[in-house]
Amino acid sequence: MQLTKEHFEPISMDLREAEDIKRPSLSFWADAWRRLKMNKVAMASLVFLILLGLCAIFVPLISSHDYYTTELTNKNKPPSAEHWFGTDDLGRDMFVRIWHGARISLEVGFAAGLIDLIIGVIWGGIAGFFGGRIDEYMMRFADILYAVPYLLVVILLLVVLQPGVGTIIIALTITGWIGMARIVRGQVLQLKAQEFVLAARSLGADNGRIIFKHLIPNALGPILVTLSLTVPQAIFTESFLSFLGLGVSAPVASWGTMASEGLSALRYYPWRLMFPAIFISVTMLAFNLLGDGIRDAVDPRLRK
Amino acid sequence: MIRYLGKRIFYMIIALFLIITATFWLMQAVPGGPFTSEKQVPPEIEAALNAHYGLDKPLFEQYVDYLIRVITWDLGPSFKEKASTVNQIIERGFPVSLHLGLQSLAIAIFGGITLGVIAALRHNKWQDYTAMVIAVLGLSVPNFILASFYQYIFSIKLGWFPIAQWEGFEYTVLPSFALAALPLAFIARLTRSNMIEVMSQDYIKTAKAKGLSTFTTTVKHAIRNALLPVITYLGPLSANILTGSFVVERIFGVPGLGREFVMSISNRDYTVIMGTTVFYAILLVVLVLLVDLAYTIVDPRIKLADGGKE
Repeated sequence: MQLTKEHFEPISMDLREAEDIKRPSLSFWADAWRRLKMNKVAMASLVFLILLGLCAIFVPLISSHDYYTTELTNKNKPPSAEHWFGTDDLGRDMFVRIWHGARISLEVGFAAGLIDLIIGVIWGGIAGFFGGRIDEYMMRFADILYAVPYLLVVILLLVVLQPGVGTIIIALTITGWIGMARIVRGQVLQLKAQEFVLAARSLGADNGRIIFKHLIPNALGPILVTLSLTVPQAIFTESFLSFLGLGVSAPVASWGTMASEGLSALRYYPWRLMFPAIFISVTMLAFNLLGDGIRDAVDPRLRK
Repeated sequence: MIRYLGKRIFYMIIALFLIITATFWLMQAVPGGPFTSEKQVPPEIEAALNAHYGLDKPLFEQYVDYLIRVITWDLGPSFKEKASTVNQIIERGFPVSLHLGLQSLAIAIFGGITLGVIAALRHNKWQDYTAMVIAVLGLSVPNFILASFYQYIFSIKLGWFPIAQWEGFEYTVLPSFALAALPLAFIARLTRSNMIEVMSQDYIKTAKAKGLSTFTTTVKHAIRNALLPVITYLGPLSANILTGSFVVERIFGVPGLGREFVMSISNRDYTVIMGTTVFYAILLVVLVLLVDLAYTIVDPRIKLADGGKE
């Protein structure tokens, strides 16, 4: 083949063009989301949890059964087309009760997580930002509360207060925020010495703006990771307490109460324990796996 | 070191004081007195009972009395179990719980380290994946579910172990394993990640380069260093075993303190609830402190200092 001059053309030597960023720039969160999306296990967990949430909302609404109607002629029935998960010792439909339990678990988990988040971020943020004596007093208070065993306080409060979802959430958050406050404080201490804070300050930003617009957003990674541990912890504690008989009261069904009731009938009606047990375990598993995924996505250095 | 220790003990005492105070006032907030029951008690007898237990005094005086009694380790009588005092209930139940707890801790430490080391040495191979699947299951399945599951499979279906009660070694196996699951999983994950980090250190290369066998390198050089962080978690993990005993003892009918505590909650036996809570609080707080101190002794590189808590 004859090569002619037309086969050759100069490649662009424009230096300015060579310096151009060809790929779209990714923000930190877009990058973390991209890493999370590549993690199949974490994505499967996320999908599962979203489905769980949707079913918890909609199944009790559209089902022909409800969680409190007792049907004594129809008790302890194994799973069937009519009652998908069987019935309990009062003939109540287990399928609807399970989804009601899911509502309670998710409610407790997210409410406790959210309250811990708010108190922890404010407390830790203020302590870390102002430092000095304020920090000393605030963290000393937190240290003392932290030395108080968590579950004992929760149990004590539940013995005394009216049983119910609200009480459980209060009991869980009364010392639960400390972990978050410590994380936030550590992050803020580290970040506030960096130049961008000085830059913001010299541009005239006030303390509130620096804390909430500059420091907290930069600490979001560790905050998110802590949150992803708080939520399953709260769900576990709720079912643990309900199992001990300190949770929501009848006829409302929580997974823990259902497991507790199922335990007494384990020998003859194993499905009564099996369904709540599977749901608690799989939900906890999904939260843990998603939490691991979030941790890896937010901070790839931690991946082992 | 002394200063740090003093500060820690000071916090500890304040925390315990808070717990004791909180238990006292919370219990006062409960409607009904300890002698409120289905049976109508004549007012004279109730007054005599109240006088006997010092319940007719002003509340603040009762509170001071209670503090003094706790300090002298007298936790008062049980209101539901007329024949015993709270001290007796603790003395009766705690040895059983301690036995169960230590056995689970031993299983958790031994099993967790073994699993973690195997996973790290076979990093990203099937052994690693298997170990980590076991670990994540252990972290996710709540102990009361696991205990019920063990009871169903191994006692009811297979008949290998007794279903409940506490009469000999075979009775301790299932409860111990049920309690050990979460600490075991936690230790396994921690050991694995530490081992992976330690195995890439220079001194491991040196050890290999001078011709030591894999076994010696792993055991003498790697595991020792990888285990240090595990020690810090022994405090919280023991706390987990302790609270886990509430449900596991209930499921397996173990006559330990955990079951007494749960029973006192459902019986609303307030003095027992108070006494046991105070006992558990002291136990946990002291345990965490001891573990922290043990950590500095094992690893001299760590200096306990005021700034070292972050």
